[in-house]
Amino acid sequence: MSWRPTLFVLAAAFLAVFLEASFGFFRNLFGAQIDLLPALMVYTALTLGFTSILLLAVCGGLWFDSLSLNPLGASVLPLLVIGILIYQSRELLMREHLPAQLILGVAAGAAQPLGTLFICLNAGVRPLLGWVSLWHWIVMAVGSGAATPLCFILFDRLRRALEYQPATQTSFRPDREIKRGKS
Amino acid sequence: MLKKSHYIILIFVVVLVLVLLQLPGGTIGKLKLAISGLFLPLFGLSNSTHEWLGQAKEGLVPRHELLRQIDQLRLENQQLQLRLQQEAQIWGENARLRGEVGWQRQIRWRPVLARVIARDPANWWRSLEIDRGLKDGLRANLPVLTSDGLVGRVQNVGETRSSVVLLGDPNLRVAALVGGSTNVETGIIAANVSAPQEEGMIDLDLLSGANLVRPGQSVVTWGAGGVFPAGIPIGKIVDIRPKEYGLSTEARVKLAADLSALEEVWVMLP
Repeated sequence: MSWRPTLFVLAAAFLAVFLEASFGFFRNLFGAQIDLLPALMVYTALTLGFTSILLLAVCGGLWFDSLSLNPLGASVLPLLVIGILIYQSRELLMREHLPAQLILGVAAGAAQPLGTLFICLNAGVRPLLGWVSLWHWIVMAVGSGAATPLCFILFDRLRRALEYQPATQTSFRPDREIKRGKS
Repeated sequence: MLKKSHYIILIFVVVLVLVLLQLPGGTIGKLKLAISGLFLPLFGLSNSTHEWLGQAKEGLVPRHELLRQIDQLRLENQQLQLRLQQEAQIWGENARLRGEVGWQRQIRWRPVLARVIARDPANWWRSLEIDRGLKDGLRANLPVLTSDGLVGRVQNVGETRSSVVLLGDPNLRVAALVGGSTNVETGIIAANVSAPQEEGMIDLDLLSGANLVRPGQSVVTWGAGGVFPAGIPIGKIVDIRPKEYGLSTEARVKLAADLSALEEVWVMLP
């Protein structure tokens, strides 16, 4: 197994967490910050292996929680559950289809904050929750849904550009070759 | 599709996360600072870019505008120096009177300027990271403010960075005072859980039911509890509503400082 795609995904997760903490464009525009980790997890679970899912969940979750008031580790388990669920049924999912990517992205983006909040509440911390949290939740789910196809486009292109492609079968057949002259 | 070894690793990770969740607050704070330290190069790069862009923008300001600003600042500086002289006299008088009455001397706070380097990526917390830490003399629970008013308090302190809990976060409660010389009311500033969508609004809870508070009145820190010095502006009362069948009152407060546009803050060192 090549480690390169996993490293790309981890680097993207690191950058995603940094951008979420540093730039408030979506926060100022929609009143809520979009989390890109669920979208990355959808891509990883449909494309890469178990180790990549595990690394993304642990590293991404810890990076996110380290810059947040979340209890450390609260984001790890929801990401891991999302990744494993998609990984388990990835043979049934149409990876290349845009609607499938969108729906999975929305579902992952909706499930991630719910899982994290569930862990936060069970860990005894009281996050800021109200009716507006519903709006935050919708923005996060839709944002994740929109980001998922972008992840597929970006990483698939990156993989094609940087990895050896399997040789495709040529249409040349030796038995159909026209041989000129006397044999 | 999962193998037996995968299940073992999964169980190990789940146990590890559960252990992490059970760790005490101090250890978690240190761990968080250590992990978020990985982002330092990126924060540094972001800051440098920000500064470079600022300098490039400043280069485009016309000369007459700069001269006008210098004149304005000179005037402001003179006014502030006069006020400082007056304040020094009042400070001395206050210290002398406190000494005569036998009260404890007031502490003169030393402000340290800090730049905001990151905000909480989660939507259900109000916190941020600043670029000052232990080496600048910071420690936990120091008040953080802008020239407009109170912003929050320092939560975790690292060597070169600290995290700040902002007003409006459920983890921060501040004893507050409303009113002037007469009809003084005290209450607790807490997160506006009923309507957290109102940016810059917080609740002032546990006011008495005597209806002494009026919209437009200023809210300042009370000084009780020892974390925040008395008299730091918090905001102004917007409206009041009775609570618990009129036994107590709750007020909405419009914050003096704009928490959504913080770029630099002052940390008050004793």
